[in-house]
Amino acid sequence: MTDQFIYFQRSFLISAVLALFACGGDSDDDEAQAAIAATPQYQITLSNLTFAQPLSPAAVIIHQLGFQAWIDGQQASVALENLAEGGDNSMLLSEAANASQHIISISGTGVVAGGGSEMFELAVQADDVNRTYLTVATMLVNTNDAFTGVNAMNISNMVVGETRRYTAPVWDAGTEVNSETTGTIPGPADGGEGFNIDRSGDRDFIVFHPGVLTQDHGLISSVLNETHRFDNPAVSVTVTRIE
Amino acid sequence: MQAKSLIGSLVLSAGLAIGSTQAQQFTVEITNLTQGIYFTPLLIAAHDNTADIFQTGQAASVELQAMAEGGDISGLSNLLNGIAIVEENPAAGLLAPGSSTTTATIDTEGTDYDRLSIVAMMLPTNDGFVGLDAWSIPETAGTYVIHVNAYDAGTEANDEIIGSGAPGEAGFPAPGPVATASGTGGTGINTTVEGFVHIHRGVLGDLDNVGGQSDIDRTVHRWLNPVARITIVVQ
Repeated sequence: MTDQFIYFQRSFLISAVLALFACGGDSDDDEAQAAIAATPQYQITLSNLTFAQPLSPAAVIIHQLGFQAWIDGQQASVALENLAEGGDNSMLLSEAANASQHIISISGTGVVAGGGSEMFELAVQADDVNRTYLTVATMLVNTNDAFTGVNAMNISNMVVGETRRYTAPVWDAGTEVNSETTGTIPGPADGGEGFNIDRSGDRDFIVFHPGVLTQDHGLISSVLNETHRFDNPAVSVTVTRIE
Repeated sequence: MQAKSLIGSLVLSAGLAIGSTQAQQFTVEITNLTQGIYFTPLLIAAHDNTADIFQTGQAASVELQAMAEGGDISGLSNLLNGIAIVEENPAAGLLAPGSSTTTATIDTEGTDYDRLSIVAMMLPTNDGFVGLDAWSIPETAGTYVIHVNAYDAGTEANDEIIGSGAPGEAGFPAPGPVATASGTGGTGINTTVEGFVHIHRGVLGDLDNVGGQSDIDRTVHRWLNPVARITIVVQ
């Protein structure tokens, strides 16, 4: 329970910092949006379809074509590594905000437990509607470096009232060996280390995750048990254009 | 965290049927894509856009529980009576691994039943089921193929022991071919009832046919999603 408490506290701090940052940085956008009568708005719901893999605070990014948080088969960025190993989305959100294709982004407010969901509402400029792509990234926190989400999904040209639903598999960032040992997993199953810059021993490219073995499936040194196993899809992402 | 507020189970809103009526005829073929899992009698329902047979993250209804723990679809069928066109048990029993079954033609003429749901229990599991919830039936004639996943109803602990198919009673039922492929004498794996519908984490099984921790055979009964192919032919 102590480990779990520390984990949630850490997440809260990250979110709080981001909230302050967002308040300071978005004032220009707010003024611009107020000037346009009909501001296109999207409601995005992230649902955790797993039993016991809480999700770290999500990075939710609306952007134009060209921004890629990750590419299958290629090395993970350090920003994605931070998210996939430690559940820290701040660097990825910062990189997204600085990208020329950035439209708007937001951080999840906290951990989304198994079976839980979180809803986001994001507004864009009217002329962005025809070039709108969605990226969502979040860590499965009871793993070494597993993450899920949607990767530059084309949500342009949605009409008001339209809903699109996506389900997502689990990727392995390839930046940390899937040892599952005590001290290596940041989620409540362990309370161990999050991000570590060292990538030695792992393959260092992004692929679909092979799943966790756990102590109940013969990996004696694993801190995980059979409840932490998962199958695809791990999340659903539902996008509705509400305005 | 803000939960999406949706209606949790089957709800009839007869006065709100303002959608365009569907005039469609279609068949539904279900193919079991697993290597060792049997599907109990399937329930296939065409209904309107206000009904959900199940929803992830929500507690299962007692009718869904009866289906998921024992393969009993009579409760769901009763719930859907009058608000859906229901096809039951097209395979006339268990649908074996690799096998397919096709419904009779479903005719939604004069209704607003534009959604398709399908469920059946997966054996051997405690409360695993193959599920499709409220899929929008296309209006254009053609053949549509979708793949569907295995869910855990969250109503029974996954002890993986042969036992009862009655709701709330431990263990899974083992009709003929399921018993043949399963072990006996397992000590049991998990005692936790999860409490909500979610993507099934898979069975653990073991390699001991007359003991061990599970009556499920790790080499035969594992699966990965998707577990079924659904082919809808709209006429």
